[in-house]
Amino acid sequence: MNCRSEVLEVTVEARQVEEAMLALLHTILLHRSSGKFHYKKEGTYSIGTVGTLDIDCDFIDFTFVRVSSEELDRVIRKAVSEFKDALSNSGSDGMGQISLEFYQKKKSRWPFSDECIPWEVWSIKVNVVNLANEQERQICREKVGEKLGEKVINVVEVINRHEYLPKMPTQSEVDNVFDTSLKDVQPYLYKITYQITDSLGTSVSTTMRRLIKDTLALFMQSVTSHMGRTGFPVCNFSKSKHLLFTLKFSSQKTVAPSLKNIRVDICLSAE
Amino acid sequence: MDSGLSPQDKKDLDKFIKFFALKTVQVIVQARLGEKICTRSSSSPTGSDWFNLAIKDIPEVTHEAKKALAGQLPGIGRSMCVEISLKTSEGDSMELETWCLEMNEKCDKDIKVSYTVYNRLSVLLKSLLAITRVTPAYKLSRKQGHDYVILYRIYFGEVQLSGLGEGFQTVRAGVVGTPVGTVTLSCAYRTNLAFMSNRQFERSAPIMGIIVDHFVDPPGSGPRTANMGHPCNYRAPDDDDGGPYAGVQDSQEVCTTSFSTSPPSQCVCTLSPSPSKLSKPLPLDSLPLPLAPGLVTHTLYASRLSYHPQAGAAELGHPAANQGLHAGKEHGGVASNPAQPAHGADAHLAAENVANTPGENGGRRRDEQPSPSDPLESLNAFTRKIGAFVNKPNAPIQTAAGLDLPFAAFAPRGLDSEDSDPMVQPPDSPTCPSPLQASLHSQDSEGSGPQDDFVMVDFRPAFSKDDLLPMDLGTFYREFQNPPQLASLSLHISSQSMADDLDSLPEKLAVYEKNIDEFDAFVDMLQ
Repeated sequence: MNCRSEVLEVTVEARQVEEAMLALLHTILLHRSSGKFHYKKEGTYSIGTVGTLDIDCDFIDFTFVRVSSEELDRVIRKAVSEFKDALSNSGSDGMGQISLEFYQKKKSRWPFSDECIPWEVWSIKVNVVNLANEQERQICREKVGEKLGEKVINVVEVINRHEYLPKMPTQSEVDNVFDTSLKDVQPYLYKITYQITDSLGTSVSTTMRRLIKDTLALFMQSVTSHMGRTGFPVCNFSKSKHLLFTLKFSSQKTVAPSLKNIRVDICLSAE
Repeated sequence: MDSGLSPQDKKDLDKFIKFFALKTVQVIVQARLGEKICTRSSSSPTGSDWFNLAIKDIPEVTHEAKKALAGQLPGIGRSMCVEISLKTSEGDSMELETWCLEMNEKCDKDIKVSYTVYNRLSVLLKSLLAITRVTPAYKLSRKQGHDYVILYRIYFGEVQLSGLGEGFQTVRAGVVGTPVGTVTLSCAYRTNLAFMSNRQFERSAPIMGIIVDHFVDPPGSGPRTANMGHPCNYRAPDDDDGGPYAGVQDSQEVCTTSFSTSPPSQCVCTLSPSPSKLSKPLPLDSLPLPLAPGLVTHTLYASRLSYHPQAGAAELGHPAANQGLHAGKEHGGVASNPAQPAHGADAHLAAENVANTPGENGGRRRDEQPSPSDPLESLNAFTRKIGAFVNKPNAPIQTAAGLDLPFAAFAPRGLDSEDSDPMVQPPDSPTCPSPLQASLHSQDSEGSGPQDDFVMVDFRPAFSKDDLLPMDLGTFYREFQNPPQLASLSLHISSQSMADDLDSLPEKLAVYEKNIDEFDAFVDMLQ
């Protein structure tokens, strides 16, 4: 199936970034969370209850509704504050994007790891501005509040189209569709990633790194399986733009005795 | 081809739609109570959490909704509407928004009732929760209390949007297709709030301490009042009104809690719409109930805002000034200024003060206003001529302690003769101490006067008394708003001093170098 992708854009002041992101991410997650499933016999299940909470923003004239789950709130806050720090440390012109992706896991045979197939991706583009005086900030407070209101209406419109949703899983499959790690609610499996556009226009992206890591891990695993060895790919990401992979092999059966212990270093650097 | 839903499915669908309507009303009304809503998630389902959402049921609201529905379900041409309106303390009212739950003919026959429809209705309720915080009426409802309250009215039948004024906007929370039709939930809200803007400065006796039944009109008391709608007061179930609102049993009807993961069965239906053409009149005997839980609490809070000490001269300008700042931010200019206290002598003063405050800082000078009394005027004239702390009357003056002032011990003593006062640098010797002295004496006799007859005061800083001391806070502040230029900044001096400075620089540097150890020790001490 195709993954549908939605983009929301907001322009905010630096101190409003956190609350704006929380508002939008929580609004989306409110619609994409369900109560905890309790499976009973004969393939039936019951669903727990989801509570809601009104949150007032301090720097924006806006109130949003989120799911009443402190664990989920903590996870989202952590991701948003990482994004905010990255945005402020990048020294760029203040443009970045945070993405909330809902995916399904598809189990594959060993040695390949499970595939994550996204079915809905929300990208929120952020543009940070600096304002000169208090009056402009006051106007910005209200305007951003109105803008966020419009974005919430957009989110609701998209969700209301009732397009593809993963099928309700059986008990054995529930972890492939839902995130069952929380105590009180059960959102669909999701991941949050972000990208900062730095001033050179290149994007240093965590998803890119993950993509490379996943691809190379797969490659290494296929290499090791071909060689009949067990291998441990160990990947280290250094802070600079170099990705260093260290792959260590130890083998019982040796094709050639000199290849008993192999260490492969792969270094990628981005220019 | 089968014609019709299975009876079980039909029954379920009706139940879903009925409870969806009731929950919709609850969400809308609760969103306009003026408070933040908070409910808890629970991982084990209870029988009364419809649509897997924790939405409290306010009994009066359920009662009103059931009364409006009167056993019917929303159908084609029969929409359930919740009208939200605003009513000021003067009795003016204005419709703000109308939420409509409509049903149209477009059937989605293949959909599985007990599963897909239920889940989609649940998502629609979540969308409703999100959207109710976004429309303009939400901000208004959060600020209700003293000046205005938010009322709701539920009716069933044709949607009426005429009360929303021109240019109203519509936002849709969502649609859910069912085998009997498509459920649509939308909101039409007013954008033109201009009607309210003239009202905010008129003040009448406040409605402090008002109790809930103030808004209850007897049935049939006239078409206008009957259409006012209900403010909703969420009271504990054991209130004396528990009788008519004891319809809680219905909401305890068990909701679907069990779902199956087996593949959906064939579900085909044709369903003819309910035959009876309902022409139910609008409920004209609606009982209005306040939509602010504990209206009393709100007025208490508001009365705290407008409290000011009445000792000595009444100080009414400043709290109103502070809240005038908030008035400026109100959407559509509806002010949340609490009404001034019910003090007859102050009412007109309050009106004038409030008329001056919106959008302005309380600290604005009012040079154009007439001084309340001659002493003050002469005092102002006197001090403007000479400067702060320079007048030194020789005659004894009343000490501040003799006056009934708070913090009298800290009153400025600049009027005592302190020749050694280093701050006093009179360019001219004081020429007329006596008017000041006379003013002080005459002040004393008028000490009680200002309470009764001052009409307008100009700049009145907080915590200060007016014109009982020659150098009160207001005068001080006024003086130092325009301080004289610093000597070192005036041009003809600066050029001279520049040359001098440059010449003396080498000597200064030598001195500093000699004392470098001392400076270092000093810096270390600071760290």
